[in-house]
Amino acid sequence: MKLVIAMLMDGVIYASWLFIIAAGLTLIYGVMRILNMAHGSFYAIGAYSGASLVGFYLAGGYPPWGAYLMLLGAAIVSGALVGILIERGLLRIMYGRDEVVMILVTYAILLILEDVIKLIWGVDAYFAYQPYTLLGRTKMAGISFANYDIALIFVAASICFLLWWGLNRTRQGKLLQAVIHDRDTAAFLGINVTKMFSITFVIGAVLGALAGSLTAPGISVMPGIGVEVIILAFAVVVIGGLGSVGGALMGALIVGLARSAAVHLYPEAELFVIYGVMGLVLAFRPQGLFAIATARKI
Amino acid sequence: MITSFVKKSTLAGLLVASAVAQPVLAADEYKLGLVTFLSGGAAGPFGVPAKNAADLVLETLNAGGLPAPYNMKGINGRTIKPVYVDEAGGATKQASELRNLVERQGVDSVVGYISSGDCLAVPAVAEELKTLTVLFDCGTPRVFEDSSYQYVFRTGPTATMDNVAASHYIKEMFPKLDSVSGINQNYSFGHESWADFNGSLNKLIPNVEVTTKQFPKIYAGQYGAEISALMVNSANVIHSSFWGGDMEAFLLQGSARGLFEDQTAVLTTGESAMYRLEGQIPEGTILGGRGPFGIYAPDNALNRWFREAYIARFETAPTYPAYKMVQGIFGLKLATEKAAEKVKGQPTTEDVVSAFENLVYEGPGGTVSMNMGNGHQASMEMVYGRYSHKSGEPSVTDVRRYPAACVNPPEGMSSIEWIEKGMPGAKCN
Repeated sequence: MKLVIAMLMDGVIYASWLFIIAAGLTLIYGVMRILNMAHGSFYAIGAYSGASLVGFYLAGGYPPWGAYLMLLGAAIVSGALVGILIERGLLRIMYGRDEVVMILVTYAILLILEDVIKLIWGVDAYFAYQPYTLLGRTKMAGISFANYDIALIFVAASICFLLWWGLNRTRQGKLLQAVIHDRDTAAFLGINVTKMFSITFVIGAVLGALAGSLTAPGISVMPGIGVEVIILAFAVVVIGGLGSVGGALMGALIVGLARSAAVHLYPEAELFVIYGVMGLVLAFRPQGLFAIATARKI
Repeated sequence: MITSFVKKSTLAGLLVASAVAQPVLAADEYKLGLVTFLSGGAAGPFGVPAKNAADLVLETLNAGGLPAPYNMKGINGRTIKPVYVDEAGGATKQASELRNLVERQGVDSVVGYISSGDCLAVPAVAEELKTLTVLFDCGTPRVFEDSSYQYVFRTGPTATMDNVAASHYIKEMFPKLDSVSGINQNYSFGHESWADFNGSLNKLIPNVEVTTKQFPKIYAGQYGAEISALMVNSANVIHSSFWGGDMEAFLLQGSARGLFEDQTAVLTTGESAMYRLEGQIPEGTILGGRGPFGIYAPDNALNRWFREAYIARFETAPTYPAYKMVQGIFGLKLATEKAAEKVKGQPTTEDVVSAFENLVYEGPGGTVSMNMGNGHQASMEMVYGRYSHKSGEPSVTDVRRYPAACVNPPEGMSSIEWIEKGMPGAKCN
């Protein structure tokens, strides 16, 4: 029982973290058809901004609960700022290029942002552990879990719901769906596709930064963290199906639970299972588990 | 026409001459390649402290500001000019970077390398280029156990002693020990560390149960599932050779979940985090510092100078990578100057190599004996203690020092073989 609860909780917590990272990546791909390598940098910028802001805030002697608002604020401001700059400054002039070219462009952005991060924050690690410990912990079947990690499950569920609601129950979401299905026809019908792209990219960047900001309290924020997570995020969205928010959720759950089972039952396979699952999915359903196969337009 | 030709020829000649002349150093300049992590996850905890230490020591050496036997200016009177290279990028890149340092930059020698993977990759290039290369920090014992080199030296001790000494320490601190678990990074350093620890512990305390051994990916950052596994498979002691951000994340996440409340962590590189995570390391956590460095360094004149100067300049205490960098530079300097005593003028690389072999010298961490790996590998004493923050400042208690001959294999025997045979010849008293 103890083992089963530990495996399930670990799997779901890890999946929540993965989903928060992958949500922005899959959203951007779904709308813009850009496999955004720079998403890892958004994550890193969010983590650095969150850790810095929490550090300044707590050093000022303010109430510790406000640190959570700082994490949220840092993610929104830094993600929006970087998102606007990149979309307006670079991507906008590259729209319409081949998907492979866009991968190279965003990879270049990733490399540039990695150095920008070093220029701004240096190479020393940043810590913002107070929000992580402040919530305390909960014991389940004799195993303690940090309440902060449990809260991540609710954050991920909220993001998932908001994305679903925003895409399916709002006017802007329906316009966005029209762009996703056929951007040329959407443009003919008077939808401002460029504006839709800008909004989507900024939301995706904010989600990436939010993932980093929410992760910062539990880790040592240091150079290279963005590069590490982007590979995992790709595995998640490939399993679920590129461009599908529901797919990202299922991909995150599959990866989270498979990894957790491996850690508890056969630790040597911990890394293998993630990419093993991805390989299996690609072999039998190359478009991912939840993506709808579409005919290529000529 | 002729005048124009002469002008062009003269100009071309001057350009060629200046291009040829560029790499030639001033006779009194010693160009030293320094390779350390300046980016990536290892930069903050290791690379930058090592670079800071190098900057400080080289400036002081160039000014002739150190006490004897390091009082001669620079290296053998030649002003040291550092050429830094970022160690990030992997072993293949480092092999190319070493070639660049020698062939393009024209360095006299190289001090560097923190990663075990890099330390296994660069010696072959150093040998080919006949360039004196001092490995200052990496831990894998395989460098000189699997091969022998003429131009390569390692002035830092191997990771074997970290883990053998940890076993001795646990045996003393936990007389009723019956179980251990481990969490180490999934690459050579992590696997070798666990093998050395588990092997030596089994010889010192037979029949200790291993409840679980975890090998997460390096730089994973998230250890929720591993922490749960360590809780489900509870043990008296958790062994970890995690370093840098991975160790810090593991400490933060484990502490928040109460992992260390009824299990004691042995962090073989924990000393490097004791100031960075001040107040966040659980009381009683066993900390190693990869040798007698940092808070475990002896109270000698060199250590007093180094520690004070480092804190004054960088506003933080030097951790073990900083000590090991100084140790590497000191070894190179002494060997060069020792070689110079026997020859007229500047010694050749081969002269320095001969002088470096079996050299015994003092550093801020105490005595360094180049008595392993055919005189190319250093051995030192190893120290462990338990973290305490009761005084309001980070400190260590229950400090135990283990002589080099207690925690290192004898010359000619590999670490694995030595541990498997029950550590014969170990002199621990």
